Amino acid sequence: MNVAIVEDVIATEAILAEIKSGEDGAVCVFDGIVRNHTRGRKTLYLDYEAYREMALDQMRGLAQDAAARFGVREVAIVHRLGRLLIGETSVLIVVASAHRGAAFDACRWVIDTLKKTVPIWKKEQFEDGAVWADGEPFPEEVVSGPAERMG
Amino acid sequence: MLVRVLFFGVLKDLVGAEQQVLEVEHEASVGDLLDVCRDQTSKQSEVWTRLAVAVNREYASRSKVLAEGDEVALLPPVSGGRP
Repeated sequence: MNVAIVEDVIATEAILAEIKSGEDGAVCVFDGIVRNHTRGRKTLYLDYEAYREMALDQMRGLAQDAAARFGVREVAIVHRLGRLLIGETSVLIVVASAHRGAAFDACRWVIDTLKKTVPIWKKEQFEDGAVWADGEPFPEEVVSGPAERMG
Repeated sequence: MLVRVLFFGVLKDLVGAEQQVLEVEHEASVGDLLDVCRDQTSKQSEVWTRLAVAVNREYASRSKVLAEGDEVALLPPVSGGRP
């Protein structure tokens, strides 16, 4: 499993070339890129930061879970941190499998789960200020314990 | 006992630090520590009710009991985005 957190440009072509194997009939790629707008505001760039060691652990777990759950042969997950400009790749997920259905399903599951559980945040820089992007609420199994004392 | 607390994302800005070593009572829970952190921050924010907590890099519930030297990370909701 090729799982990494990097500061430099993600080498999409190299990762794709490396993952392909004779047993595969499909390689599914999710290329998450920086969009130039959020809710009508023009975005200049994004700054990504992570709880790095934990994020890597979580990403490794996701790759293993995806392989077991969907029966795909190989999963690569690479996330970039630091300042990213419009159009640059922030996260790349590549799934190789004998058949396309499992590859599509696994790829979708990995990105959706990553976006909810892997501790990586982005600060959006607009023309008129910067904000930390609002995340989705954590899944119940992540915050499983009584939250009432937080009132 | 002492625990190391890490702040990320909006929490880092709110608290004004990336990390702090905090004194908590023996057998304090994650929830107790959150109360301490929130009480020392003058600015109120709804993030205190939405965050997740990791103890030694694993997600932990509010009731988890802490031990001396634990690394406790306060994690705002992650970057998300519409599917």
